[in-house]
Amino acid sequence: MAETIVPVGEEPSAEATHLRHHFASPEQQMDAATLGMWTFLITEVLFFGGMFASYAVYRNIYPEAFASTSQYMNVILGGTNTAVLICSSLTMALSVRAAQLSQRKPLIWFLILTMIFGSIFLVIKGFEYHDKWVEGLVPGLHWGGYPEHPEFAHHAQILFFLYFCMTGMHALHMVVGLGLLTYLLVQGVRRVFHASYFAPVEMIGLYWHFVDIVWIFLFPLLYLIGHRR
Amino acid sequence: MSTVASRRPDAEPVNYLNVEHGWKSWLFTTDHKRIAVLYLISITLMFFVGGFFAVLFRINLLEPEGIFAPETYNRLFSMHGIVMVFFFLVPSIPATLANFLIPIMVGAKDLAFPRVNLLSWYIYVVGAILTMYAVFRGGVDTGWTFYAPYSSTYSNSYVLAAAFGVFTAGFSSILTGLNFIVTVHKMRAPGMTWSRLPLFVWSNYATGLIQVLGTPVLAIVLLLLAFERIAHVGIFDPNIGGDPILFQHLFWFYSHPAVYIMILPGMGVISEIVACFSKKRVFGYNFVAFSSMAIAVLSFVVWGHHMFLTGESVYTGIAFSFLSFMVAVPSAIKVFNWTATMYKGSVSFDTPMLYAFGFIGLFTIGGLTGLHLATLATDIATHGTYFVVAHFHYVMVGGMVMAFLGGVHFWWPKITGRMYPEAWSKFAALIVFIGFNLTFFPQFILGYLGMPRRYHNYPPEFQALNVLSTAGASILGVGYVIPIIYLIWSLKYGPKAGPNPWGATGLEWEIQSPPTTFNFDETPTVTEEAYNYGPVEEVVG
Amino acid sequence: MTGHSHIPKVGTLVAVWAALVVLTGVTSAVSYIEMGEFNIIVALLIAVTKASLVVWIFMGVRFTTSLTKLFVVAGLVWLSILILLTYSDYSSRNWTYQAQPWSQGPGNGPATK
Repeated sequence: MAETIVPVGEEPSAEATHLRHHFASPEQQMDAATLGMWTFLITEVLFFGGMFASYAVYRNIYPEAFASTSQYMNVILGGTNTAVLICSSLTMALSVRAAQLSQRKPLIWFLILTMIFGSIFLVIKGFEYHDKWVEGLVPGLHWGGYPEHPEFAHHAQILFFLYFCMTGMHALHMVVGLGLLTYLLVQGVRRVFHASYFAPVEMIGLYWHFVDIVWIFLFPLLYLIGHRR
Repeated sequence: MSTVASRRPDAEPVNYLNVEHGWKSWLFTTDHKRIAVLYLISITLMFFVGGFFAVLFRINLLEPEGIFAPETYNRLFSMHGIVMVFFFLVPSIPATLANFLIPIMVGAKDLAFPRVNLLSWYIYVVGAILTMYAVFRGGVDTGWTFYAPYSSTYSNSYVLAAAFGVFTAGFSSILTGLNFIVTVHKMRAPGMTWSRLPLFVWSNYATGLIQVLGTPVLAIVLLLLAFERIAHVGIFDPNIGGDPILFQHLFWFYSHPAVYIMILPGMGVISEIVACFSKKRVFGYNFVAFSSMAIAVLSFVVWGHHMFLTGESVYTGIAFSFLSFMVAVPSAIKVFNWTATMYKGSVSFDTPMLYAFGFIGLFTIGGLTGLHLATLATDIATHGTYFVVAHFHYVMVGGMVMAFLGGVHFWWPKITGRMYPEAWSKFAALIVFIGFNLTFFPQFILGYLGMPRRYHNYPPEFQALNVLSTAGASILGVGYVIPIIYLIWSLKYGPKAGPNPWGATGLEWEIQSPPTTFNFDETPTVTEEAYNYGPVEEVVG
Repeated sequence: MTGHSHIPKVGTLVAVWAALVVLTGVTSAVSYIEMGEFNIIVALLIAVTKASLVVWIFMGVRFTTSLTKLFVVAGLVWLSILILLTYSDYSSRNWTYQAQPWSQGPGNGPATK
């Protein structure tokens, strides 16, 4: 399909564009929504940033303890999850596109696919967390004392806490994202979205892509660095 | 439960206050002006809660041995700090005056996200309730800074409740800032270019940037603290290799910019007041506008000056010290420009201008003493003493609270449609000024002589200055209570105000007092620069 | 101000998806090669590339306003300030001040006759 700009035919009604009274035009409303969502995403960048900063500090002051943790990170599961999220980003982008083109059925199917991919991610994460629990690697809740490298037990505890904090916060954001996608699905089924009004789809899409980006950084930092063949 | 005011021919015009009645019309409003009023009531309540703690610990400090138990004293100053910083100072002007005025000043009908605005108030209330829960259960004794490992491991007080209260209030702050940023970018009326914006808008826009960029880091550090306290995971526990200094880095990454969240809106108020009561445009508009932006940016790279004594290498100290000197420059530029605005202006001494004068003098003292603290050598002696306490009270109370009071008085006729009694307001301003200096100037001396902060007792030779400070505090308290009385009195008995009782410029003075729900009958088109004060005779109230 | 949203081509989106999957494979494979300090640099470079593709194409920043682009950059700059400035304290802790003779008072200047 060729690139198209939304066709400018006769102007859609304020009702069709869900124009709120304090905005002068649907364009202004869309611009404001977009800037607002990006501003919110910046706050999320700084929020996760605090954890990344903590991780950077501890990783570098305890390099051997950090190296010892890598054997417990399942690269296969982590890599699969990365691929799953990338697929979900594709289907999310396609669902936004479908909304822009007033294509209701593709919109619904791509939203469902995105939610399926997101759920697969969470299920795999659940297996990973379960494995950690069984191995006694959950600081504060089920910490087995790190029997294979007791000399690093304390530092590894801090590092595993950061692992759970970062991936857990990410998973929480995924769960919220699934909730938002459910809302979009319901609205999509009710024919709320079309070429003149698709802002919620695009905004929640931005959120979803952001959550994907966080994982794009979590995967190498937590799973790949420090391990060797 | 809401009824439209019935209209008699001589009834007052419909405005945002009388357009609907009933609690639902207030609690479910999306009108930025009503939300501003809701915030005004909430933060005033919190101000007096915080002030109450101050009264108690100042009483304790009458005696060198202290009066209350040390543990009690620790809770009193901690709760004072937490309530005052997070529930009064941070939201004060943005959530009240800016919430009310920014849409009007840019020529819009409301903020960009009115429902988010209401949500931010609800979040604030939840945060306040959580913190009050901590208070009623016995309080927190960690100081408002929640330093680990005391807060994470050893304190027996209600750290979690207070931390969650602050965490929650942080989201309220983020949403307010987000709303302002988008509003100023996207909702300006035709002709309202950036260079025609009132400087109050520039200040609150810069404040919004800081809120959005800094507060999330406070959120994460409090969350990490909570995990540490609940599950003892060890991230800040030095016994197992955790680093309490990491807590300080993350905490101050937010909390230093936070002090600029607190002061920048006040500076915006002063710009408006000084221009109006000098009947002259603000000198060096571009410099003042850009100084707000410079403060917003530079505020993020100076936080290490709170940590000079934590083992930072001297090179780190030098870097942070230098940057801290740099961040003082834009503030000084503002002070120079306000002064130059008054020069050869037609200066009148109405109450808002009295507060502005107080601000300029006291903020300058506070700012200059900040440089003492930014200097490595002198900070070694004054860190952790009453010198620091006096410094930040000069900027926060002598500066910010005075700006808040000045702004409330300046825009009171616009917000309420009523004027307050001028004689009482001037009297209260004088009481506040005298009480403030009596309270906090002795503290500079005490700190310089070595009296440490956050101690319930002190060497007997410091008693005279402490008694003086407590006496000043009681006078200051009276000065704060008097406006509450006459402002509330004026709601019913004050003379009605016209659209522009001060003869000021600005879109807010061109609409009725109080404004209608949607502010403007028609979206205005702006053709003039800001502060277009012509010859005095032309500007009539 | 954008009057209309840009609608991406399906081909573009799929191409980005393919690139992201390939880069994921690359970063995983490369992590098994011992490169010392360069492992993390390479991993982060690849992650930055992937993130950039998501931001530029999936999130539509390519066709958005300069203001949005500025906000994206600002977020990254502030993230860098947080991480780098915090980390610099830790890496500089050992830098002790070497007192120089000339800073010890009069008469201690550079070698005098």
